[in-house]
Amino acid sequence: MAETTREYLVNALLAVGLLLVPLWALWADEPFTITLFTRIAILGLAGVGLNIALGLGGMVSFGHAVYFGVGGYVAGIMAQHAFNGAPILGLPASNQMLVIWPVAMIVSGLLAAVIGALSLRTTGIFFIMITLAFAQMVYYFAVSWPAYGGEDGLPIYVRNRFPGMNTMRPWDLYLICWGVLMAALALFAVLRASRFGAALMAIRQNPDRVSAVGIEPFGIRLAAFVLSGMLTGLAGALMADLARFASPAAMAWTMSGELIVIIILGGTGRLFGPVAGAAILVGFEVFFGGMTEHWKLWLGVVLLLVVLFARGGVLGLVAGRERLG
Amino acid sequence: MADPVLHLSNLRKSFGALQATDNVSLSLVPGEIHALIGPNGAGKSTLIAQVSGRLRPDSGSITFRGRDITGLSVAQRARLGLGRSFQISSLIPAYSARRNVMLAVQARQGHSFRLLRPVQRDASLTGQADAILRRVGLIERAAVPAEELSHGERRLLEIAVALALEPACFLLDEPMAGMGTEGVGALVGFLRDLKHSAPILLVEHDMDAVFALADRISVLVYGRIIATGSVDEIRADPRVREAYLGDAA
Repeated sequence: MAETTREYLVNALLAVGLLLVPLWALWADEPFTITLFTRIAILGLAGVGLNIALGLGGMVSFGHAVYFGVGGYVAGIMAQHAFNGAPILGLPASNQMLVIWPVAMIVSGLLAAVIGALSLRTTGIFFIMITLAFAQMVYYFAVSWPAYGGEDGLPIYVRNRFPGMNTMRPWDLYLICWGVLMAALALFAVLRASRFGAALMAIRQNPDRVSAVGIEPFGIRLAAFVLSGMLTGLAGALMADLARFASPAAMAWTMSGELIVIIILGGTGRLFGPVAGAAILVGFEVFFGGMTEHWKLWLGVVLLLVVLFARGGVLGLVAGRERLG
Repeated sequence: MADPVLHLSNLRKSFGALQATDNVSLSLVPGEIHALIGPNGAGKSTLIAQVSGRLRPDSGSITFRGRDITGLSVAQRARLGLGRSFQISSLIPAYSARRNVMLAVQARQGHSFRLLRPVQRDASLTGQADAILRRVGLIERAAVPAEELSHGERRLLEIAVALALEPACFLLDEPMAGMGTEGVGALVGFLRDLKHSAPILLVEHDMDAVFALADRISVLVYGRIIATGSVDEIRADPRVREAYLGDAA
């Protein structure tokens, strides 16, 4: 809808590049590079989720790590139960990703519905703080729950399975993550062009006007918040499988901050913004992380430059200002 | 007189010691333009906020199309057919004029939870939006973002958005504010026709426009309605002259 030809080009470049570089790495036998790109795809996916709430809806959730973390725990807990053959709540566990993903999305979605219903009664700084508070509550709950590892987290001994793929092979897992990312991006684009998206982006700009034409902002915001949490939860499930570890650290507030950084770096509300943002974040971690353990300092400098001089993020810089049509 | 579309009865609203709305009763009947005038600080904005639903009155009731709407939200009232325009243009700044109107059409159709079909290719939205933009004379500017429109164009777009709701009553808050003489003239002609599709409660500072348009005028001073009547009655009323009109009338 809103993309200029230039932005289409940049997006296509990112989508294809994200496939070609790991393909080269496969050929050159560099599994580490493939794993890095898997992280980019997964963090990008989490960012696409947050981008629905933050980018389209203007809801600055400072607690999105909670869905990321909970998605990871769903993957971890299901894997553990399937490994031991123990049922969960009377239902048989499964180590199939195609079963785990919907469960992760439903659980994150329900959590987002509860947190959203309570938080969306506030706006601005209060909304930021209340989403943070809820996320921290869940974080401390996970840390103090010994049944699933407590603060040690929960290892996944064998990665969950996907039909026709060997998920223990980096390239196979990468293809799965890339596919899910592309599907999420397609969903984001469709959503943004729809009536729902039109109302959501209008609410971000002027909620009073939207009420005055007869659309209740609360319901639209809440629905967007739930969808957003679901996608971020799905990313969490993939991340746990990549790391073969469900970690409470995935729910810590620093992770929420990282997700926001990804969005701002890439371009708030832009389709491929989170993908670009995740690539920059992981790139920095690898490049500067190899030289100094204070690599986040340089990330901070770049973030500052983006906020000061390139409000549209990297995509704004290369593809120009977004027109909503 | 026909049954009123909108009826305010004994509304009261105070902020601390300030009685901003003091026992206001007022009605709007089909086919009329009822103008609400009053000096700055008379409580017009507070009254409008209660009618639109942004503020709750401390006591009294508001009836709209035979239904008590005193407890309803802004959006619920809009869905019942209360179409308002804002005193200070309140549009979706990054949306084009067309998309601003499309949003109102979409709201009236009531399908804001549709997730799949793209709005830009939805002829039931674009077609109606363009028809309305043509009616108010903004069709040439349909693709321009609201934030890049001139002040006068934004005032027209406010009207267009209200039109798109096909309301049972219009609540227009100073639609002429800041418009040039030419713009005011055109708008006066437009509103004169518009009142036949739905009655208009008009808050306006431009006295010439009010006298040219209004079927009835209510004068609000210190939160109280001190007089209601035809243009001639209001012009002749000594209390109104003293409180508000001065020598201008």
